[in-house]
Amino acid sequence: MSAAKDRAAAGGESQVSSSSNRSGIEAPVVATPDTPRTRDSGLPGRYPFTRGIFPDGYRGRMWTMRQYSGFGTPEESNARYRFLLDRGQTGLSVALDLPTQCGLDPSDPMARPEIGKVGVSLSNLSEMELLFAGIDLSRISTSFTINGTAAIIYAMYIACADRNGIPRERLTGTIQNDILKEYVARGTWIFPVAPSMRLIADTILFGNRETPRFNTISIAGAHMRDAGCTAAEEMAFTLSNGLAYVDELLRRGGEVDSFAKRLSFFFYVHMDLFEEVAKFRAGRRVWARLLRERYAVTDPKAQMFRFGVVCGGSSLVAPQPYNNVVRVSIETMAAVLGGAQSIFTCAYDEPFQIPTEFAAELALRTQQIVAHESGIARTVDPLGGSYYTEYLTDEMERCIDALMKEVDDYGGTIKAIEDGWMQQRVAQRAHERKQQIDSGALPVVGVNCFRRDDQSAAPGEVFHLDPEVSRRVLEKLDVTRHRRDATAVTRTLDRLEAACVKDEENLMPYLIDCCHAYATVGEMVARLKAQWGEFREPVRL
Amino acid sequence: MNATAARPPSLQGKRILIAKPGLDGHDVGAKVIALALRDAGADVIYTGLRKAPGFIARVAVDEDVDAVGLSILSGSHNELVTQTLEELRTLGAEDIPVFVGGTIPADDQSTLRAKGVRGVYTSEIPLDDVIASVAELLS
Repeated sequence: MSAAKDRAAAGGESQVSSSSNRSGIEAPVVATPDTPRTRDSGLPGRYPFTRGIFPDGYRGRMWTMRQYSGFGTPEESNARYRFLLDRGQTGLSVALDLPTQCGLDPSDPMARPEIGKVGVSLSNLSEMELLFAGIDLSRISTSFTINGTAAIIYAMYIACADRNGIPRERLTGTIQNDILKEYVARGTWIFPVAPSMRLIADTILFGNRETPRFNTISIAGAHMRDAGCTAAEEMAFTLSNGLAYVDELLRRGGEVDSFAKRLSFFFYVHMDLFEEVAKFRAGRRVWARLLRERYAVTDPKAQMFRFGVVCGGSSLVAPQPYNNVVRVSIETMAAVLGGAQSIFTCAYDEPFQIPTEFAAELALRTQQIVAHESGIARTVDPLGGSYYTEYLTDEMERCIDALMKEVDDYGGTIKAIEDGWMQQRVAQRAHERKQQIDSGALPVVGVNCFRRDDQSAAPGEVFHLDPEVSRRVLEKLDVTRHRRDATAVTRTLDRLEAACVKDEENLMPYLIDCCHAYATVGEMVARLKAQWGEFREPVRL
Repeated sequence: MNATAARPPSLQGKRILIAKPGLDGHDVGAKVIALALRDAGADVIYTGLRKAPGFIARVAVDEDVDAVGLSILSGSHNELVTQTLEELRTLGAEDIPVFVGGTIPADDQSTLRAKGVRGVYTSEIPLDDVIASVAELLS
């Protein structure tokens, strides 16, 4: 058998590939009551929430199924959203194109090649009105993967709701709004760290008052993980970043018992099922402990570690792409066993194209099958009490504590990012992971074992982005620029620029005024850049 | 498994520019290739994120590099690679070999080669094979 020979070449020879996970935790051959265990994991819904934040798990409420999608023009994305909602999706997750994420208007020369490519182009309020046409914002929760321009997109969403007569307090959803990990891994930063942190505090403090059901930050480890770091590093660096936001909010006069309730998190789930489950159980425990011990938080709701996940990413590969459906279903189970509040399952064709409608539906069906057929959601934390799971959770907690201490010893997360230390760590881990895949030490079916000669053949359906997208987006922008009241645009932008140099001002009302006047994302960012400058990327290999 | 038993050839003394054109912020592929080229002995310059094609061509000439590697995962490779090749031509530097890495569909790989790109490396290709291929470009 050529496949078997291939496996042998990968060093497998019908054996388990490794006795430890990538976080470096050694697994026992068999776990018993004598397997080291440091503590009782308690009950779900009770501090430190190791077993989950709700006493009844998914019985009370199934997780939110939220497929990240968006491409081309707002009209095209609106059609995809209606398609997904029609097929049982329970929340929207908006992917934005790179110009919108980097704060450039489509008419900017750097923006042109990227219009509508990795997400929808959304340069001003008129485009957002088209994006949500026929979708009731008071009923559907919407998540935006937006960071550098998060405050602006949040302002635009509020302006859009205002226009539709929807009270702000009824809005539900999330903006990612986590700039720290952008500096480390995802790269859509704009301003230097200090004004970026200020803008984030503005959104959270404003949101606490005006949109109490809207999550104004989703502190994300996902992108650092997908870039290369281990599960333990993903959790540790994310929690360190979380503490930096808590400190910033306290500096701005926020009440931790209040704002901590709106902090949420976001992670990747890759293929090592038990490592993932332990990561989430340990993460809940560490976060609750830090809030209680370091910040004297007493309200249990403010100690709760709520998180969404994405299953897939760099664990999916282009060769033999249908295998990715299997990978995503295993990862979904890990997310559910880990107690995730919302799940995005990647489509199998994501490693090489924007998902086709067929692939997007199959990805949604994957989590619906896990939710409604497998019975996995019946009992809270069903792995709780397993000798192995409890041991792994304790070990994961130990790793997370040690890594967070490493960040603290370096001088804190902001220094680690400004110096490029964290970026360097992620790149080195990515290099290491690639070498492990090349050598076969980390088996990936179809890549370094069980390959076949014809595997590069693309699956039947191919996604084609309409080549006219750029032209249509630019034309519409021209129309908006001509139709809007130019004096209102200048007036609101002037006020924004004047306010941004006063640290005590909350910029959200100014941004909402700019959005109502149909000022563009690029115009608002240009005014802020004029006062704040831009982040200087530390390049360190 | 493609990993060869033989050590990859040395890139000692070669200067290579690794660049991120456009707005794409996914820099891990670029950094992993940069580290692998450095391990193979090359002197690697990495531009950092969000560089205009004109800037990249200018750096390539000013730094007198032996090759330019462009990393693009946003789907804008056709436009950005074409622009970079044009900018190099404008500076009279069309002889500097250009290779590309990232999310590049099969059809586009041949289009890019036809435009003058000398190598296209997607993430599944083992690093040793990438190094060997770059060494061949430079020999």
